[in-house]
Amino acid sequence: MTMTDPTQQEHIIGKRRVRREDPKLLSGENRFADDLVVPGALHLVLVRSPHAHARIRRIDVGAAQSMPGVVGVYTAQDLQAEWAGPMPCAWPVTPDMKSPTHYPLAGEFVHYAGEGVAAVVARSQVEAVDAAGAVIVEYEELAPVLDLEDAVRDAALAHEELESNASFVWTLEPNSEAVDAAFRDAAVTISERYVQQRLIPAAMEPRAMVVVPSPMGGDFTVYSSTQIPHVLRVMLALTAGIPETKLRVVAPSVGGGFGSKLDVYAEELLCLALARRLRQPVRFTEERGEGTMATIHGRGQVQYMELAADADGKVRGIRVKLLADMGAYLQLVTPGVPLLGAFLYHGVYDVGAYSFTCTGLFTNKTPTDAYRGAGRPEATYAIERAMDSLARKLEMDPAELRRRNFIAAEKFPYESVAGLVFDSGSYQENLTKALDAADYGQLRAEQQQRRAAGSPRRLGIGVSCYVEMCGLAPSRVLASLNYGAGGWEAATVRILPTSKVQVVTGTAPHGQGHETSWSMIVADKLGISPDDVEVLHSDTSIAPYGMDTYGSRSLSVGGTAVYLATERVIEKAMKIAAHQMEVAEEDLEYVGAAFRVKGSPEQQLPLAAIAFEAFTAHNLPDGVEPNLEASISWDPPNFTFPNGTHIAVVEVDEETGRVELVRYIAVDDCGNQINPLIVEGQIHGGITQGVAQALYEEALYDGSGQLLNASLADYLVPSACEVPSFELASTVTPSPTNPLGVKGVGEAGTIGSAPAVINAVVDALSDLGITNCPMPATPERVYQLIQQAKSE
Amino acid sequence: MYPSVFDYARATTVAEAITMLADDEDSKVLAGGHSLLPLMKLRLATPSKLVDIGRIAELSYVRKDGDQIAIGALTRHRDVETSELLVREVPVLARVAGQIGDPSVRHVGTIGGSTAHGDGAADLPAALLALGATMVAEGPSGRRTIAAADFFKGFLETALAPDEILTEIRVPTGFTKFAFQKFNRRAQDWAIVGVVAVRNERTNIGFINMGATPLRATAAEERVAAGANPEEAAAVADEGTSPSADINASVDYRRHLARVLVRRALVELG
Ligand SMILES: Cc1cc2nc3c(=O)[nH]c(=O)nc-3n(C[C@H](O)[C@H](O)[C@H](O)COP(=O)(O)OP(=O)(O)OC[C@H]3O[C@@H](n4cnc5c(N)ncnc54)[C@H](O)[C@@H]3O)c2cc1C
Repeated sequence: MTMTDPTQQEHIIGKRRVRREDPKLLSGENRFADDLVVPGALHLVLVRSPHAHARIRRIDVGAAQSMPGVVGVYTAQDLQAEWAGPMPCAWPVTPDMKSPTHYPLAGEFVHYAGEGVAAVVARSQVEAVDAAGAVIVEYEELAPVLDLEDAVRDAALAHEELESNASFVWTLEPNSEAVDAAFRDAAVTISERYVQQRLIPAAMEPRAMVVVPSPMGGDFTVYSSTQIPHVLRVMLALTAGIPETKLRVVAPSVGGGFGSKLDVYAEELLCLALARRLRQPVRFTEERGEGTMATIHGRGQVQYMELAADADGKVRGIRVKLLADMGAYLQLVTPGVPLLGAFLYHGVYDVGAYSFTCTGLFTNKTPTDAYRGAGRPEATYAIERAMDSLARKLEMDPAELRRRNFIAAEKFPYESVAGLVFDSGSYQENLTKALDAADYGQLRAEQQQRRAAGSPRRLGIGVSCYVEMCGLAPSRVLASLNYGAGGWEAATVRILPTSKVQVVTGTAPHGQGHETSWSMIVADKLGISPDDVEVLHSDTSIAPYGMDTYGSRSLSVGGTAVYLATERVIEKAMKIAAHQMEVAEEDLEYVGAAFRVKGSPEQQLPLAAIAFEAFTAHNLPDGVEPNLEASISWDPPNFTFPNGTHIAVVEVDEETGRVELVRYIAVDDCGNQINPLIVEGQIHGGITQGVAQALYEEALYDGSGQLLNASLADYLVPSACEVPSFELASTVTPSPTNPLGVKGVGEAGTIGSAPAVINAVVDALSDLGITNCPMPATPERVYQLIQQAKSE
Repeated sequence: MYPSVFDYARATTVAEAITMLADDEDSKVLAGGHSLLPLMKLRLATPSKLVDIGRIAELSYVRKDGDQIAIGALTRHRDVETSELLVREVPVLARVAGQIGDPSVRHVGTIGGSTAHGDGAADLPAALLALGATMVAEGPSGRRTIAAADFFKGFLETALAPDEILTEIRVPTGFTKFAFQKFNRRAQDWAIVGVVAVRNERTNIGFINMGATPLRATAAEERVAAGANPEEAAAVADEGTSPSADINASVDYRRHLARVLVRRALVELG
C-alpha cells in the first residue's frame, strides 16, 4: 500500500485516469468466450428458418446425422423434456400481457427469419456447419406480419395461437381531463408521426459461449459473452431445471453489448441442455450474418406525438401514442423497453398535462429488446422533434422555445406529471453553455447568408435537450412496474493481510471500465493508490450477488455500493484502531490511509497495520471478527436523471442529398464525474451511436420478411471517420440520490444525439417547406425529399 | 461462414503458378484474397484448389518503362497509393488506391486481384479503363497483352482464360490531371457511384458501379472533346450505362449521381 502524506492527500476522484483495462485489450491479451480452449468441446450450429412465418411440415435430419463428425441433430421435439419452462420474459408489463409459446427451438411454426429450427452438434465447427446444411426442412410459407401499422389492425396474425397481434396496451394517464382541456384550449397544436427504425446492436464481439459440465459432480460452468452473469444464472436454473447451486456463470472478457447481451438466449439454453445430455462441453459462437438475425434488435416504434401550446410557445399538454415492435417473441425485458421512455415524453419541459399509451405488437421479425438508451432515446427524439416543429409553426427560434419551457433550476427535486422525481439539473445552463460553445448566433447568420446566396451546401443547426432516467433502479419502483427483479447492487471490499485491497462488484463490465473507476472510488476513500485495488467481477463464484450492467446503472448503484462498503471497512478498522491505540473511536479520524487522534496528528496508526492486525486477530476488541471486510447490498432510493444539451451542425449537399455532420457540441450533466476520461469516452461512443441511428443504420426487410442487410458490409455502423471531433463540456449538478452524487453516462450520448442530428437536417431544408425527415437520413432519401419539396 | 473444402498450393514463381493452375481446371489464383475469400465463405465460389501467388516477389513492383509505368500484378493497394513514381507520373492511381476500403484492405488487396476480379463496383478497374491501360497475361501458351477496353467482359468476367495469370498492368504516363469522385456512405465503403476523370490532350472518364463492368462515360467524353462545358457534358453522362438498384441506391438515383459527379469531376479538372 502506497502511503500518501496526509497533508497532501490527493483526490483521485474527478481526475482523468487512463483505463487499466486497455493494455490487455489493445494487446489482445484478453480472453473472450470464443478464445477459451476447452478440450473436447463439441460445436453447436443451428439450422435457422429462412422464412419469416411458416409452418414446418417436416424436418429430415437423417442425412445430417450420418455426416462426418456429427454427434447429434435435435429438433424442438427431441429437446422438449429438457425444459422446466419456456424462454424467460421477466417483465410482464400488464396482468393480461400476451406472450406466445417460446422455446429455444421452433416447434410447429417459425415466426421470424433466423429462428432456430434444429440444433446440430458436431466435433468441429466446420462439420457442424456442413451437417446443418444437410438438414432438410420443408416449410409451408405463411403471410408475415411486418409493419406495425398493419399489425395493429390484426389483418394477419404473427402468431396463430394468439387472437391479436397486441401483446399489451399500457397507459399512463395521470390527468386525462387536463390533457383534453389543454388540447381544447391550445393556440397551436402539433401532431406528428415519427418512426424509430429497427437497429441492430452490432457489438464488436459476437455472442459466444461454452458450457462445461462436470457429469460426476452434477454441476455446470457457463462461460458466456453476456452483460448479465447473475440474472443469467437464475434464468438458466429456472428454465433448464438445474439447481442454482449447480450453476456457475462466468462472463469472460466481453466485447460490448449495448443491451444485446442483456438477455437469455436460445443458444445458451441449448448449450446447457446439450452439455447435460451429452455429458461433454458444448460451445456456440455466432457468425455475424446470423447474429444480425438471431440477436435482439433495438428500437422499432411508430410514435404519434401531439403537443398543445399557447401562442407564446408555452407547452400545456402532451399526448403520446406508441406502437412498439416486440418482434416475434418476448425476450427478457422486451415489453418493458418502451415503458422506460413512457415517463419522459415531456422531456426537460414543465408540462402539466400528459398522457401516454403504448401498444406492444408482435411481428414476424427478430425479437426486440433493450438497446443503448432503451425507451429514452425514442422519447427524447419525439419531444425534441416536436419542439422544433412547434418552433417552426410559431416562427420562433428553437432554442428560445426550449428556454421558455424548461423546468426551472429552482424546482429540483422536481415532481413530474408522470410521477417521477427528477433529482437535480440546470437545463438553462446546459443550453446556454452549448449555444455559446457553438457560437449559435454566428451559425444562424451563416445559415442566412448561404440561403440568400442560394448555396447548394445547406447549413442546418439542430438543438436537442434531454433528460433521462437511469441508475436502474429502486426495487420498489420496479415492483410497481411489474419488473421481475430488484434494482439493488452488491459489493464487497476486503483489505488483505498485505494491505492490498480487493473489491468484488455485482456489476458486469463489458467495455465501461469499472475496474478503473471502482478502484478510484475505493482508493480515494482509503487514501491509497488505485493500483493497490483489484476489482473482481463477472463470475458468480467470486461475486455471488449482483444485478449486472445495463441501464446506466453501474456507477450510481454499483459504484455507490462499493463506496458504502469501503466506508464500512473503515468503520470496522476504526474500532480496531481505537482498541490498539487505547482511545475512544470518537477521538479518531481517518486521514491519509491512517487513523490519527484528532488534534494530535502525530499519534497515528496506518491502515496497513490495522489490516494485518485484523488478519492475525491477535489483539482485536471483544466482539470484532477477524478480517477487514465488508459487504453491502444497496438499493437506490430513486433513479438518477442525467441531462444535457446537444447541438449538431450539418451540411446537406442539395444535389446529392448527402448529409455531413460538420460539428457536434455536447454539454452533459452526469453529476459528479469519477473519471472524466471515461465519461468522455462514453459520450463519444454514445453520440456516435445516436448519429448512427440518425444517418446510417436501419435493419431493412423485404416484403417477405428477409433481413436485407445482415452483414456489416451492408449494415452501416459508422466509425470515427464519419463523425467530427466532438466539442464536449459539462455542467455538474450532483445527484442527491447517492453519496457519490453521480448519475449515469452510458446512454446519455445516444439519447441526446439522434434528435439533434435530424433537427439539423430538417433545419437545413426547412426553407423548402420540409418538416420531417425519416431516419436514417440516407443520401437518396434526403435527395428525394428535396426533389419532392421543389416540385411542390 | 466456412468455405467448402479446397486444396491449397503456394507458387514461388509465375511459371510454377501456371503449371499448378493447369493441373486442375477448377483451381483459382489467390492473391490478396479480399474478394475471393468472401465469395468462398458465402460458397458463391467453390474452387477445388487455390494457387497462392501471394509470395511471388517478382510480381510486386512499380517501374518506368518508356512512356509507360509497369505495375506488377501483386502490388498491394497500399504500395500503389504510396509509390513515388505513380504519385508523380500517374497520380490518379495513387489517389484511387488510397481510398479503397480501409487500411487493412489496402495492405492486403492487390491491383492484379482487383483487375482480374473484374467487378464493375471496384475502383481501380475504372481508373485503368479511363487511363487506357494494358494488361499483360501469361499462360501455358505464352504471354499476351490485352487492352483495358477489351479486358472487362461482364459481371465478374474478364478476358483472362482460366489458366492465365495476370502478371502486369501497364499504364501510360501523361495523364497528370485527374479528378476522382467517390460517392459512398462511410469512408471504408465501396462506391455507390464513382467517377475517375483523367486528362492529357483528351479527357477520359471512367465510371465505378454504373454497370456490371467498369465503364467509360462515352457520351460525356465526346461532348467534352467537342468543346462542351462541364454542365453540358455531364447532362448525358449516364447514357449507355446500366446501373442496378440495391439497398444503397435506386437506378434513377445512381444515374443522377453519375451526372452530378461527372460535372464535379470536369469542373475540378478545370
Ligand atoms: C472490407 C473490404 C472493403 C473493400 N473495399 C473496396 C473498395 O472500396 N474499392 C475496391 O475497389 N475494392 C474494395 N475491396 C476489394 C479489394 O480491393 C480486393 O482486394 C480486390 O478487389 C481483390 O484483390 P485481391 O488481391 O484481394 O484478390 P483476390 O481476392 O485474391 O482475387 C480476386 C479474383 O481475382 C483472381 N486473381 C487474383 N490475382 C490474379 C492474377 N494475378 N491473375 C489472375 N487472376 C487473379 C482470383 O482468382 C479471384 O478470382 C474491398 C474488400 C474488402 C474485404
